Amino acid sequence: MSHASAVQESPATAARTAAAIFPPEANELLRSCVHCGLCLGACPTYRENGNENDSPRGRLYLMKGLADGRLTATEAVTAHLDLCLDCRACETACPSGVRYGRILESTRAMLVERKKPSWSERALRALVFKQLFTRPEALAMAAGLTRFMQRSGLRDAARAAGLVGLLPKRLRDLEAMQPEIKEEPFRANAPAVFPALGGAPKKRVAFFSGCVMDLLMGEIHRATVKVLQAHGVEVLSVHGQQCCGALAFHAGEAETGRKLARRNLEIFRGLGVDAIVNNSAGCGAALKEYGEILHGDAEAAKFSALARDVSEVLAALEPVVALKPPDASKELKVCYDEPCHLLHAQKISAQPKTVMQRIPGVAWVALPDAEFCCGAAGIYNITQPEMSRAVLARKIDALKATGADVVLTGNPGCILQIRQGCKAAGLPCEVLHPMELFARAIG
Amino acid sequence: MNSISSRPAAVPPALLEALRAAVGAANVVTADEELFVYECDGLTLDKATPGAVVYVHSAMEVAAVVKACAAAHYPFVARGAGTGLSGGAIALHGMLVIELARMNRVLEVDYENRVACVEPGVINLNLTKACAQRGLHYAPDPSSQGSCTIGGNVAENSGGPHTLKYGVTVNHVLGLEVVLPNGETVTLGGPLGALGKLPGYDLVGLFVGSEGTFGIATKVWVKLTPVPETVKTLLAIFPSIEAASRGVSRIVAHGIVPAALELIDKTIIRAVEEWLHLGFPLDAGAVLLIELDGLRDGLDLIAGRVMECCRECGCLDVRAAKDEKERLLLWKARKQAFGAVGRISPSYYVQDGVIPRSKLPEVLAKIEASGRKHGLTTANVFHAGDGNLHPLILFDERKPEQIEEALACNEEVLCAVIEAGGMLSGEHGIGIEKLAFMPRVFSEDDMDAMRKVRAVFDPQTLSNPGKAVPARKCFEVRGHEPPALRPPMRKA
Ligand SMILES: Cc1cc2nc3c(=O)[nH]c(=O)nc-3n(C[C@H](O)[C@H](O)[C@H](O)COP(=O)(O)OP(=O)(O)OC[C@H]3O[C@@H](n4cnc5c(N)ncnc54)[C@H](O)[C@@H]3O)c2cc1C
Ligand code: SF4
Ligand code: SF4
Repeated sequence: MSHASAVQESPATAARTAAAIFPPEANELLRSCVHCGLCLGACPTYRENGNENDSPRGRLYLMKGLADGRLTATEAVTAHLDLCLDCRACETACPSGVRYGRILESTRAMLVERKKPSWSERALRALVFKQLFTRPEALAMAAGLTRFMQRSGLRDAARAAGLVGLLPKRLRDLEAMQPEIKEEPFRANAPAVFPALGGAPKKRVAFFSGCVMDLLMGEIHRATVKVLQAHGVEVLSVHGQQCCGALAFHAGEAETGRKLARRNLEIFRGLGVDAIVNNSAGCGAALKEYGEILHGDAEAAKFSALARDVSEVLAALEPVVALKPPDASKELKVCYDEPCHLLHAQKISAQPKTVMQRIPGVAWVALPDAEFCCGAAGIYNITQPEMSRAVLARKIDALKATGADVVLTGNPGCILQIRQGCKAAGLPCEVLHPMELFARAIG
Repeated sequence: MNSISSRPAAVPPALLEALRAAVGAANVVTADEELFVYECDGLTLDKATPGAVVYVHSAMEVAAVVKACAAAHYPFVARGAGTGLSGGAIALHGMLVIELARMNRVLEVDYENRVACVEPGVINLNLTKACAQRGLHYAPDPSSQGSCTIGGNVAENSGGPHTLKYGVTVNHVLGLEVVLPNGETVTLGGPLGALGKLPGYDLVGLFVGSEGTFGIATKVWVKLTPVPETVKTLLAIFPSIEAASRGVSRIVAHGIVPAALELIDKTIIRAVEEWLHLGFPLDAGAVLLIELDGLRDGLDLIAGRVMECCRECGCLDVRAAKDEKERLLLWKARKQAFGAVGRISPSYYVQDGVIPRSKLPEVLAKIEASGRKHGLTTANVFHAGDGNLHPLILFDERKPEQIEEALACNEEVLCAVIEAGGMLSGEHGIGIEKLAFMPRVFSEDDMDAMRKVRAVFDPQTLSNPGKAVPARKCFEVRGHEPPALRPPMRKA
């Protein structure tokens, strides 16, 4: 019998125990995969290595193996699950509606819970997920430190002195990814209300400004608010909000994620707004899933029903101010890269295009394979640097071929990743959030 | 689930060493839990775990791997994307899987002569994407085209909705570079085939459809086809599957050759409707998707005639797709219908018989009756214009008794096809899954002729043994017992 052969070394009982703790919801969801393989062509990791184990169908089969007690969660098995970008391109491709992201995340949570990670990994996980993301002041300090290092030239000095080379490899990659911080954080300096332009507000929204982005990419947030105002929207800045929890959920730290979600529900409760707007694809996907993650919590369902990507709100409105070309000197060649968690997780593709097409003085060029992941994928570029680089290389090649002056993408991780890729390839292409380019078109 | 053969002793260490030397240790997988996903392809009813999987990157590596296998008398099977539906890529007898997915480069596109040269692991749709800007496409369009490989298409002689007008894979392959099962590399045909028939035997035609039993294609020259000037897609809704089948015959009898003529029955309508919300009437018995293409002039006239044919056969409504967006959505519904079945059933078993169009109503009725008898739902979505049926038998693979019923139902379906003067397979191949039925349509002499041809390419029977043509009593693979063919009626 080949059934047993796959688990030869490990006693069948181990597999049975593993099966017994397999999350029942994921087990049920797994059954909608009919093994047709129509998702293979859409998967970035499979495209890279042609390994069935690193395809959506293969990963689902591995998880089925775990659920059915035919496989044990060996290192090799978890490695294939870890190599998944969680980009969810397979969900868009799958005609059977397999909820791959849900299945993967609950399987990961099960594996994290079951595994006894090494001391150093436990410490790192605790630091990143339990301390940094749950405590804004800790994150602010880390960000402040980053900023200070940049401003003071310390980072360059450290690089020059070869200190960077002494850091463990993962930290070095992290270091290379650090955004160039031009501006101060957003929330700390923001008024409570940004008034709508052009008379009575057409909509009133609360702004989800998140954690890392709020601290390190305040510029994008200010641009976003400006564009909303220019579409007649009144924007509330909400103090006390937390990280959306997306990174924790992706990493299988479900409890931490739920804790963050609950605090956000508390903070955003009863504001009486038309929408809770965000400008980060990854956060947006998580916010829209609160209702499901905190199943049975009416507040969570209400919150998720109000969560919107900024492009969704803008697409339904018109600008109330005159627009000018963002670059007075020439027509800009611009392309758009679809963030996975916007396109695949939230199924949003038309709206950002509708909005961006309002910008005058722009020649749009098509980016081939725009629907493929860039390899950023949360903290994937740190945990899986090799695959991340390979996936990024394809994106940069495609970008190079377009000859674009500017590439737009609505997710902070993607912006940093592609920016770094361009820099490394010497590609003089500016990488911006769509809202940044739009803001330049507002007088 | 049928585990066809027990796993033999592992791949000999000396062979593993030779393989590692040929492709690098990182590209030879032997861990049980990593071989696990290779136990089946698009057909999940049959399973067998390979002895090892090797990832190859070039024709030279393929030749080196095959040579090593030949020297060790060890059987191997090529694998593209593993979307095959007859178990062609399943590694019986602990065979070595040679995975070609990484050989995925379009090597050359000659726009002037409309010829492309590709590696076998190129995904079908990616070839079309690569030449779309110049108004060309690769015509054979299996519904799995977003994932399946050109190499797999060559091995199965795959078709697709548009092969009604444009022909199947063999009509589009001009030449092949092949690593023979002894490790030698030969070239069959070539790009010049675009100009007309080449002198000598048509070995390309022989290789295409050989289901991986003649060796491994490492380079493929294909014909590219201009995208037609105008395309018109009609959707006709019928009260019953019989009425729709009559519509098919009437259209063809009028001498009209649509680019595609597909039938979708009510069960499939339900599955795709749940997914795409196309507004198909859920009480319809069946719909026909009819595509006409060619020069703009005259196309409306033909469309009018097709609509008339449908109305004469009692269709409830017939209309043209209102724009390109709706047209593409209709095709998405059709092409991804198998997958969409996952919304209404955990597993399916799909058949591939071809019958004379005139027998459609009769055979479809038998299929439904057989499903009912076994307590299973059957569904149909198929290339009606070609009479190429794709009955799907829906079951739950977690319930062993349903597997038995599905297999029994399947046998009755194939019998109905044979009785109607039809053939076992139109495009998915025989593989292992229809092997036991071959003697019902071919005499022992017929099959002997096939075995002799095979022996010319593969005298040691190392390339994908146990597929396509049943072995004679004494099975050729040394040291391995003959495969237990799935008995027509399987009892546990
Ligand atoms: C949802 C779905 C829809 C489908 N629709 C269609 C359809 O419309 N029409 C159709 O014809 N088929 C269809 N198929 C069947 C399948 O996709 C085709 O048979 C396809 O050609 C298989 O390609 P592959 O790359 O997946 O090959 P695999 O499944 O990997 O292999 C198939 C066979 O080809 C052999 N092979 C692979 N590469 C080579 C090579 N380079 N040289 C020699 N032998 C090789 C293998 O050994 C095996 O025997 C469908 C399948 C699915 C799951
Ligand atoms: S995930 Fe969807 S597309 Fe992929 S094999 Fe399963 S059913 Fe098919
Ligand atoms: S989420 Fe992305 S990387 Fe993971 S299996 Fe799906 S397509 Fe592949």
